Amino acid sequence: MPERKKRMITTTINGEEITFLCEPRQTLLEVLRDELGLTGSKEGCGNGNCGACNVLLDGVLVNACLVLAPEVEGRELVTIEGIAPGGELTLLQQKFLEHAALQCGICTPGFIVAAKALLDENPSPTEHDVRLWLAGNLCRCTGYDKIVRAVLDTAAALQAAQTTPTEVA
Amino acid sequence: MATVWIPPLMRSLTQGQEKVEVPGETVLALIQAIDGRYPGFAARVLQDGELKPGLSVAVDGVVSPKGVRERVRADSEVHIVPAMSGGESALG
Amino acid sequence: MMGANPKLDPIRGEGSGNGSRPQPSYKVIGTRPIRPDGVDKVTGRALYGADVRFPDLLHGKVLRSPHARARIRSIDTSQAEALPGVKAVVTGADLPTAEDRFEDLGEGGINLRYLSENVLAHGRVLYHGHPVAAVAAVSPHIAEEALSLIQVDYEVLPPVMTLEEAMAEDAPILLEELRTDEMGERGNRPTNVAAHFRYELGNVEEGFAQADLVVEREFRTQTVHQGYIEPQMATALYDQDGQITIWTSTQGSFSVRSQVAEILQIPVSRIRVVPMEIGGGFGGKITVYLEPVAVLLSRKAGYRPVKLVMSRAEVLMATGPTSGSRIRMKMGATRDGRIVAAEAELVYEAGAFPGSPVGSGAVVLLAPYNIPNVRIDGYDVVVNRPRASAYRAPGGTNAAFASESVVDELARKLGLDPLEFRLKNGAKEGDRMANGLPHPKIGYLETVEAIRNSEHYNAPLEGRGRGRGRGVASGYWGNWGGKSSATAVLNADGTVTLNEASTDIGGTRASIAMQFAESLGIPYEKVKIRVVDTDCVSYNDVTGGSRTTFGTGLAAYELGQKMKAAMIQRLADIWGVSPEEVVYEEMVFSAGENRVTFDEAAKLIERRSTPVMVEAEVYGKKYGPAFSTQCVDVEVDVETGKVTILRYTIAQDAGKAIHPAYVEGQMQGGVAQGVGWALNEEYVYDREGHLLNASLLDYRMPTALDLPMIETLIVEVPNPGHPYGVRGVGEVNIVPPAAALANAIYDAIGVRMTELPMNPARLLEAILAKQAQESTQPA
Repeated sequence: MPERKKRMITTTINGEEITFLCEPRQTLLEVLRDELGLTGSKEGCGNGNCGACNVLLDGVLVNACLVLAPEVEGRELVTIEGIAPGGELTLLQQKFLEHAALQCGICTPGFIVAAKALLDENPSPTEHDVRLWLAGNLCRCTGYDKIVRAVLDTAAALQAAQTTPTEVA
Repeated sequence: MATVWIPPLMRSLTQGQEKVEVPGETVLALIQAIDGRYPGFAARVLQDGELKPGLSVAVDGVVSPKGVRERVRADSEVHIVPAMSGGESALG
Repeated sequence: MMGANPKLDPIRGEGSGNGSRPQPSYKVIGTRPIRPDGVDKVTGRALYGADVRFPDLLHGKVLRSPHARARIRSIDTSQAEALPGVKAVVTGADLPTAEDRFEDLGEGGINLRYLSENVLAHGRVLYHGHPVAAVAAVSPHIAEEALSLIQVDYEVLPPVMTLEEAMAEDAPILLEELRTDEMGERGNRPTNVAAHFRYELGNVEEGFAQADLVVEREFRTQTVHQGYIEPQMATALYDQDGQITIWTSTQGSFSVRSQVAEILQIPVSRIRVVPMEIGGGFGGKITVYLEPVAVLLSRKAGYRPVKLVMSRAEVLMATGPTSGSRIRMKMGATRDGRIVAAEAELVYEAGAFPGSPVGSGAVVLLAPYNIPNVRIDGYDVVVNRPRASAYRAPGGTNAAFASESVVDELARKLGLDPLEFRLKNGAKEGDRMANGLPHPKIGYLETVEAIRNSEHYNAPLEGRGRGRGRGVASGYWGNWGGKSSATAVLNADGTVTLNEASTDIGGTRASIAMQFAESLGIPYEKVKIRVVDTDCVSYNDVTGGSRTTFGTGLAAYELGQKMKAAMIQRLADIWGVSPEEVVYEEMVFSAGENRVTFDEAAKLIERRSTPVMVEAEVYGKKYGPAFSTQCVDVEVDVETGKVTILRYTIAQDAGKAIHPAYVEGQMQGGVAQGVGWALNEEYVYDREGHLLNASLLDYRMPTALDLPMIETLIVEVPNPGHPYGVRGVGEVNIVPPAAALANAIYDAIGVRMTELPMNPARLLEAILAKQAQESTQPA
């Protein structure tokens, strides 16, 4: 008989302290979606092969389907819902829209979280850098072309904003 | 008179004829006219007054939801083709 | 080159390679506005099927056959029902006996008895993963535990996994009742060959007699899956008053309603299907799998909502896929490069139940060419694999792999450039296809010319013939019109709400809103477009078959015209003039001294007249086919067999690109899927018929690292059957890539691949065989 006694877990999600109950066998993805109503992270495969459930755990890009819910005790999570602080779309999200870098949109949350992690670490990626980093995110609709352009365009715009001595965008 | 193109696997019913010209105002009338000349043709193509599932008909290149009720002109070209997946029919 | 795609002007033409003429200038069409559902999708706010939540929701799981072929002796669900937390268990016995009747799903039809049997098995299982029972419980984990408590007594039978096994003289018969259907004539022997048809033009024997050169090859393709990232799911609530609501991600909410109604024998009026956002379909989300099960469980569990979500393994094991195939292709040409005869045999896997896309494959096969003598035989064969479902230009990729490879070989042996060879034999308006039908106005030659004139095709390729190569291929897809219905409501602030029912897989909200805006002469931003449920409008055919921008666009155009007329009529009434005196231009209505802007008119009408709501119901008959020609450069590593794509260009005739960015997106997406199909994807079964690679690690789809930027050339030969010239764009793009890659590989290393996928193992085997052959030849 599998252990069913629920644990109480306290963690920070998108800047807010959250406490939830979970069974040890529940994944982070399941808790985010079914317990906390944060359905922006998607399940595409359940075993870490598609990236649709990408979240940032203490700033590190992970697949939420491969993290057990109790593991996030005391840690910091950023999900797609928390990418836009104060609700204003980030430049990355705007570029996705301008470049039409989504068709069905199911992979888009994962790509945006992953791309944000890339740009946080490498503000001037080459096309190859972008493709290599995003190889863990599957898209079946776009062929990746417009996604890569959107990320490169975002990087270029952020660099330009930094070097221009005018007010921040 | 409208021209009905006979599918290769049905030409044994029309004595090898690839095309048959018959009078009629609807596809059904044409089929019945062909059956008059070549008995057995209607039974091959129709079921309960409609085309058998798996068959489709195009009049002047266009498939209509009316099926055998579709009206034809005097110079119409009518094709009987397999009804296929990926859209309405094998016409694409 | 960073940043924005160089926005190449579409290449415009009249058809039959006659060059361009001035196009109408549009205000909205041809621009690239942000899609209306975009913000929700980049913030994670958009709700897809699995995102539905209810307070009393139950979770369902499906028990699936571990065997590829077996008889079910008995099913005992008592232990599962007794598990605390389980609220209902159902099996095939809970389904009414289905009629033996064919139902047109809109992207292929199916016999209702087989559709029902595919939802829950009746007495026999026909593929690894075939649903046998289902459970609803308070948590998905308890539901899964309950599955392991269901006892099924199987009599395991030897499976039939390949076309050869299925067609052998002494083959085990999978469906005892099946007889071969030959264009309406039913055979009288039990068989695994569900159907046979033939297309014939002219006389192939005479044709081949005229040929100076004949090439004949046999090609094989494997079972592949649509690979949408979102697994199937369905949530259903069967109310105490007999009303059923289904929330699902589907390409066709009305098709779901019809299928559920037929399978459960419930009137459609009691069923409402609410389409959620959909995470990819490509043809695979039309047939129902979970919806009827969810409804049954909901009723049995005490009228509670039940949600069923497939795992990725279930998706691969038990939905779609598309047919593996064997194609024999023979073509003959004269020395001066005219194709005079073609003969082919196409044999496609139907999977467990009849209905492979062999018929459309047979049309795609030779559609780009004008060949006077043709014979094509097609066979639909059942095997113990999941039943084939539509996958983007169903049957087309398989066929073009064969025909475009042979065309390439013919061209090379005749010493002709492969594009010139295509131009010489290319089909024009009026030329007949193998099924006898003449082409309407088409833009095939324009797509060939677009590649011939492209930067890519004219760029030198260093190392060509020594590990690097360039290949081209063409493809056709007939597209579809179908039925659409929609309404438009004028709001007092001068905006319009458009209610339509074409689920939005790839940005069609935008292209439909744009056509409405253009038709009514208002800016795109003033249109609020909604995808509504099945209670709100009348029947809409599925979002598929490349029909939506064309068909629902037609409805949008009509709505724009009707709203204009209605507003004019209302204003005429208010102003006391006749409608003919009212002029509408540049968003201003005027009649004599009366003059109002569009916004003022809306407000005036609301206050002084009857509200304006218009409707349109259309059946799009003249949908216009699409062609694509593609060019790819590859590098082959002869030591590992790995193929790297260096450069890819696709030209496609879109008729008129309503929203060019989403047309480009369709082109690029189809290419990417074609690449996966060509180089890596396949179902791998063991001898007992178990699917071995039911995960996205081992069912290997292309990643961002496997593809370069995909250059797009939009050709525009307007379709006369649509007010803006629209042709469907969703499917034709997946048809050429496999052949283009095979031709490029041949160009690179002189090896002609005739089997898909051309993965490193197969390529290496072919390379080594060629090396061995060369080493035994005299120096």
